[in-house]
Amino acid sequence: MAEPLEIGSLQIRNVSKIFGTFKAVSDVSLNVQKGEFLTLLGPSGSGKTTLLMMLAGFLDVSEGDIALDGASIAGVPAEKRNFGMVFQGYALFPHMNVRDNIGYALSVRNRAVAEIEACVDEMLDLVQLQQFADRKPGQLSGGQQQRVALARALCFAPPVLLLDEPLGALDKKLRVEVQEQLKVIHRRIGTTFIYVTHDQEEALSMSDRIVIMRDGAIEQVGTPKELYERPKNKFTASFLGKSNFIHHNDKVYALRPEKIDLIVGVDHQDARMNGTVSSITYFGSMQRVIVDTKEGQKIEIDIDVWRNANEVKLGDAVDLLWADEAAVELQMG
Amino acid sequence: MQTFNRSIHPGWLIIAPLLVLVVTLYLGPIMNILWLSFTDPEPGLGNYAKLGESDALLRIVWTTVRICIVTTLFSVGLGYSIAYAMVHCDQRQKNYMLTLLLVSFWISILVRTFSWLMLLGRKGLVNGTLENIGLIAEPIAFMRNELGVLIGMIHYMIPYAVLPLLVSMQSIDTRIMDASRNLGASGSQSFLRIYLPLTLPGLVASTLLVFILSLGFYVTPAVLGGGKVLMVAEYISVQLLVTLKWGTAAMLAALMLFGVLAMLWLMSKFMKLSTVFGGTTR
Ligand SMILES: Nc1ncnc2c1ncn2[C@@H]1O[C@H](COP(=O)(O)OP(=O)(O)O)[C@@H](O)[C@H]1O
Ligand SMILES: [Mg+2]
Repeated sequence: MAEPLEIGSLQIRNVSKIFGTFKAVSDVSLNVQKGEFLTLLGPSGSGKTTLLMMLAGFLDVSEGDIALDGASIAGVPAEKRNFGMVFQGYALFPHMNVRDNIGYALSVRNRAVAEIEACVDEMLDLVQLQQFADRKPGQLSGGQQQRVALARALCFAPPVLLLDEPLGALDKKLRVEVQEQLKVIHRRIGTTFIYVTHDQEEALSMSDRIVIMRDGAIEQVGTPKELYERPKNKFTASFLGKSNFIHHNDKVYALRPEKIDLIVGVDHQDARMNGTVSSITYFGSMQRVIVDTKEGQKIEIDIDVWRNANEVKLGDAVDLLWADEAAVELQMG
Repeated sequence: MQTFNRSIHPGWLIIAPLLVLVVTLYLGPIMNILWLSFTDPEPGLGNYAKLGESDALLRIVWTTVRICIVTTLFSVGLGYSIAYAMVHCDQRQKNYMLTLLLVSFWISILVRTFSWLMLLGRKGLVNGTLENIGLIAEPIAFMRNELGVLIGMIHYMIPYAVLPLLVSMQSIDTRIMDASRNLGASGSQSFLRIYLPLTLPGLVASTLLVFILSLGFYVTPAVLGGGKVLMVAEYISVQLLVTLKWGTAAMLAALMLFGVLAMLWLMSKFMKLSTVFGGTTR
């Protein structure tokens, strides 16, 4: 378990899934590196689960091919693929205790009892559930169940781990905690993680790379920073973080709210726009100000409260400034 | 929390009138039967002693138990596969199957029993056909024996076996079975280690239901057994209506009642009965 895995790169080539006449996944191509933490991010119904189910072998691909380290696995049934999976809703075995749940994969492979015990203990250690080993899933909290599901999926040292919205059922505070734990675990074991979520913050904070999906197709792929700083189009810009859209000379630019400076009083010489403050919302670490511009647009600006002592008030006339490189030109559509 | 648990749940108030009615109209006669079994024709354990004395009586009880066990095995076994098919086919086929199942529920037991007689009797459709195409010279004795009784009873009991199983299979999250496959389990491993244990409460409920209902079968053994297969219910009726030995009849009825109660008690040793009857585990 501890030694680095030799395999675990995935090649997804022009994969589509068609249900009747409906194309749930269309022409997806993607190379996943060994040991990578890759996130599939998209709104509900964008085909993330369907794609994951094809990787796991529960659904056949309608078109295209999937390969593990270059060798096609399209014809390999789910039980022979050796991919770990954390299901949406965990799908733990309710009649087995935590220990038996985690040891299941090795037990069905008829491994020696001692080996199973050792592996289960190692996993319990990894997810810090030693004292709950003899409980049934029904006696655990959501966060603990999530960790059991993770341990169960990792116990047979799979080259690839698929996770379908594993934190969806947890409350916000717990999510952040478990996100941290997941990252630590990923770094420790070096398994390839393919992680599905519709939560952009989760995607930004955890992933090596993010794949943004929309209507079954890939919209954009890149590191969190690339995607946040260089969104390709309106969809990516507004799905990953917040964005203002500025129209100028028949072009559209995305402008992040925190990259705009706001100065009270008009006629500043570098001002790119001006308007009046129509709303101020206080979030503690920052303040979101909405400015109605002369052109009739609403621009959102995030202001660092701590470093901007001069107070903005509702109705103030303000100038808006930003650096050239803050505005990112978008493709149309 | 403690005081709340001890106070009476308001639900009881709603069912209280009905409860009183059921208790008086139901327990009353049962008590009466128990009383009769100890007092008629004379006070004492005379009626129960007959079990030890009379081979005939013992044979009837044994026949009944044997037939009920075989009926239960087959009904639950077939019911399990029917329920499995129903849960795992698409919605439209499932509706068809459910309709067929319910239709057989609604047809009177008399009609169903006599249909079997028409179908499998000496001059019935099956024997007639086989004779005509020359496969057999003598009609096969499907009816007027234990086989006939079993065919009729199993056929009647299958819908009862299916329903509790259906409920318990439907409540299984399909992702649990996916998870088992994903973890590398073969089909039979998934079935034996996950599916079967998870449907066990349904299996027990279905077994109990079929066995208990089978114990009281009257019409089917009488018609399809052709007087050769005497089960307890028919014997009780003979004692009541023909020989007028109410004490013996009451004793046999009490015996069946205790048998059923003993089974439930045994069951409760192994699992919480509330889970079997669809309640929650906690
Ligand atoms: N078995 C199926 N039959 C028909 N349509 C399906 C099936 N599974 C998923 N879909 C459709 O495919 C689309 C993508 O679904 P899904 O992959 O579950 O999206 P996501 O996980 O991104 O929310 C949805 O519109 C869904 O209705
Ligand atoms: Mg999904």
